[in-house]
Amino acid sequence: MNFENWTCPLPLQDYPSVVIGHGGGGKLSAELVEHLFLPAFRNSVLENLGDSSVIAAPAGRLAFSTDSFVVKPLFFPGGSIGDLAVNGTVNDLAMSGATPLYLSAGFIVEEGFPMTSLAQIVQRMAAAAERAGVQVITGDTKVVERGHGDGCYINTAGIGVLADGLRIGPALAQPGDVVILSGSIGDHGMAIMSVRESLEFETTIESDCAALNGLVADMLDASADIHVLRDPTRGGVASSLNEIAGQSKVGISIDETKIPVKPEVASACELLGMDPIYVANEGKLLAIVAAHAAEAILARMQAHPLGAGARIIGMVTANHPGMLVAKTGIGGTRVIPMQIGEQLPRIC
Amino acid sequence: MCLAIPGRVSEIFESHGALMGKVNFGGITKTVCLEYVPDIRVGEYTIVHVGFALNRIDEESARQSLKLFEELGVLHEELGEDEGAPNEIRE
Amino acid sequence: MKYVNEFRDGAIAQRMASEIRRIVTRPWAIMEVCGGQTHSIIRNGIDQLLPEQIELIHGPGCPVCVTPLELIDKALAIASLPNVIFCSFGDMLRVPGSSKDLFRVKSEGGDVRIVYSPLDAVTLARANPDKEVVFFGIGFETTAPPNAMAVSLAKKQGLKNFSVLVSHVLVPPAIEAIMSSPINRVQAFLAAGHVCSVMGYWQYPPLADRFRAPIVITGFEPLDILEGIRRTVTLLEAGEAKVDNAYARVVSFEGNRPAQKILEDVFEVTDRAWRGIGTIPQSGWRLSAAYREFDAEQKFQVSGIETQESALCRAGEVLQGALKPNQCAAFGKECTPRHPLGATMVSSEGACAAYYNYGRFITLEKSAEACPVP
Repeated sequence: MNFENWTCPLPLQDYPSVVIGHGGGGKLSAELVEHLFLPAFRNSVLENLGDSSVIAAPAGRLAFSTDSFVVKPLFFPGGSIGDLAVNGTVNDLAMSGATPLYLSAGFIVEEGFPMTSLAQIVQRMAAAAERAGVQVITGDTKVVERGHGDGCYINTAGIGVLADGLRIGPALAQPGDVVILSGSIGDHGMAIMSVRESLEFETTIESDCAALNGLVADMLDASADIHVLRDPTRGGVASSLNEIAGQSKVGISIDETKIPVKPEVASACELLGMDPIYVANEGKLLAIVAAHAAEAILARMQAHPLGAGARIIGMVTANHPGMLVAKTGIGGTRVIPMQIGEQLPRIC
Repeated sequence: MCLAIPGRVSEIFESHGALMGKVNFGGITKTVCLEYVPDIRVGEYTIVHVGFALNRIDEESARQSLKLFEELGVLHEELGEDEGAPNEIRE
Repeated sequence: MKYVNEFRDGAIAQRMASEIRRIVTRPWAIMEVCGGQTHSIIRNGIDQLLPEQIELIHGPGCPVCVTPLELIDKALAIASLPNVIFCSFGDMLRVPGSSKDLFRVKSEGGDVRIVYSPLDAVTLARANPDKEVVFFGIGFETTAPPNAMAVSLAKKQGLKNFSVLVSHVLVPPAIEAIMSSPINRVQAFLAAGHVCSVMGYWQYPPLADRFRAPIVITGFEPLDILEGIRRTVTLLEAGEAKVDNAYARVVSFEGNRPAQKILEDVFEVTDRAWRGIGTIPQSGWRLSAAYREFDAEQKFQVSGIETQESALCRAGEVLQGALKPNQCAAFGKECTPRHPLGATMVSSEGACAAYYNYGRFITLEKSAEACPVP
């Protein structure tokens, strides 16, 4: 950490690790805000340091979302808990078709957590926020005793604004709709696996963690006939499509051969006996769109850096409502159910 | 049982008294115990189960199998003996 | 991946299935022994490509499914002890014991860790000298050499805090038990390719002779399984009870001699209880006397275990191929992957789970579990 870039580095240099006092609301807390959070997030609303942050209400409907981030390890190939904390909530807002505007950030930090690590996390959040075009305008920090808190947990909540007339939601898929996937699956989950104790392997797989609001904006510009948007995070494409099938009371039918999987991700899944369709993604989305709009939307997606690998993978049907069914590589079919709990590596 | 996948040996070394190696599986690399394939050489393929190489893959045999599979049914197709494709899934 | 993708070619699979259709003239019941083969068949939809005359009966080759209930309960008891790091393959985490599973033990404070290899457990033992590290050593003959090496290396390294809870089961005695059963309908076997890559297949000709049943050593990818079936049907149609090797790229008649030597040293044959089937004589391995100090059952005297199987569970009949999962009254109702009654519904390769997960329940009239939203 380069202390010279900070406005007043001295107080933080006195504390190489986070101590209980940093969460106490007193002088130490104030120093943490002034010397770590403010310089990173750098906006006039935050600098008011009010108990709550006041902003003008944007015109239109509001979208509001929250998510908590407990990933281990905190830093992984291609990302960190900081990136996830911003992109995760930005993406939740974007999946409603909203334009994300503001985030809050709540930290629960373990006593003894290295200050440099906290600073790195915050810097990553700031960079992600800038890329996504959002501001972190309010926050909170608590410190818990050593042995609790796993280093650092983060909660972010986000506000976005939704244009009039947009109706996008998981209950709105219609038979005949087309299912589009924005790119390769399994990158994030297998990047995490690659550094997990006792399962680790050498690889160049990186998390795909990214903010998708720019891609969504382009898609909405191409057509308003987008019925469902979903980022397949925990539980992967399988869980997302199952949930949508259930909520929309439709069947979803996909062709496995159309789903892009990077060769290394496929290999890693083979090694651990895991199915990529259940593995988490942090920079991909599923779009269920009216059939007549599919080509136009697909073309716009492919023109965007985060959608270059976009493909049509299936369609919505009135058959087998509530179920996700796939055509396999050899021409058979299989039902892909909701997973029970976390997908585990297997030997059998 | 027995999820064993094929990989290519890229390094051989010893560790804590055991013959070990690095095996590459389609781009990812894992450290694997080679005690059960003591004669294996770098560049050869082996099947790996729970971190152990169990056997060398006979690449010539693999090639022959694939050739046989490719040819299976083709002759009969050409003679028009094929009774029709199995049911494809239609929506 | 090389030597994987080529054996998944869809067009070739379709042609091979056509070839099988061309040569079959009457109904045949074939058992695939290995759970990994069951998984591949159901996951790829291979059975859907086959002609109606061919019935695939799913065998008991799922070590997770056949691990005795009493051993699972012992594992849970050991994992709950303070100062123990309990290491297991992921497969075992959700297998139900009499009252809970390893996942629950973990949530209640037990140090339960998923490992990829038994050597990871040895590494943990070296790194945590003040803890007892226990490894759950289940599996068929494929997994036994890795487990044996772990014990052998632990002994060489003089580790005092490492032990293994052993439950190895053997394939040939299982085949014998199935074929000897009065309710048996199996006419031929697809033998487990990776088990045979270790053990060879010299044990099979006497079995094929005795029971007049062809046995074809078969791999796991779609093309391997189709080839195994094709050769089996060829033998059945010709009335030839022979042994054939359809997985020659990794299987030889004598098998892996270095592995067999270590097995002979570290393990000795014993009677084994197979969950749902009962005790099959001489069908398992336990640690030999020279390695008894690494036996977790001896190290941790866990007593007072009262095992209790669900009265509704018919996993045993499924494991013997006498019942299809969707013929069980509890299938999809009291028994689902979320609330499994027996191990065949928990293990990803157990026949019941395979049926449930890959949708055979579509054919049932019941629709209650059609959309299992948690």
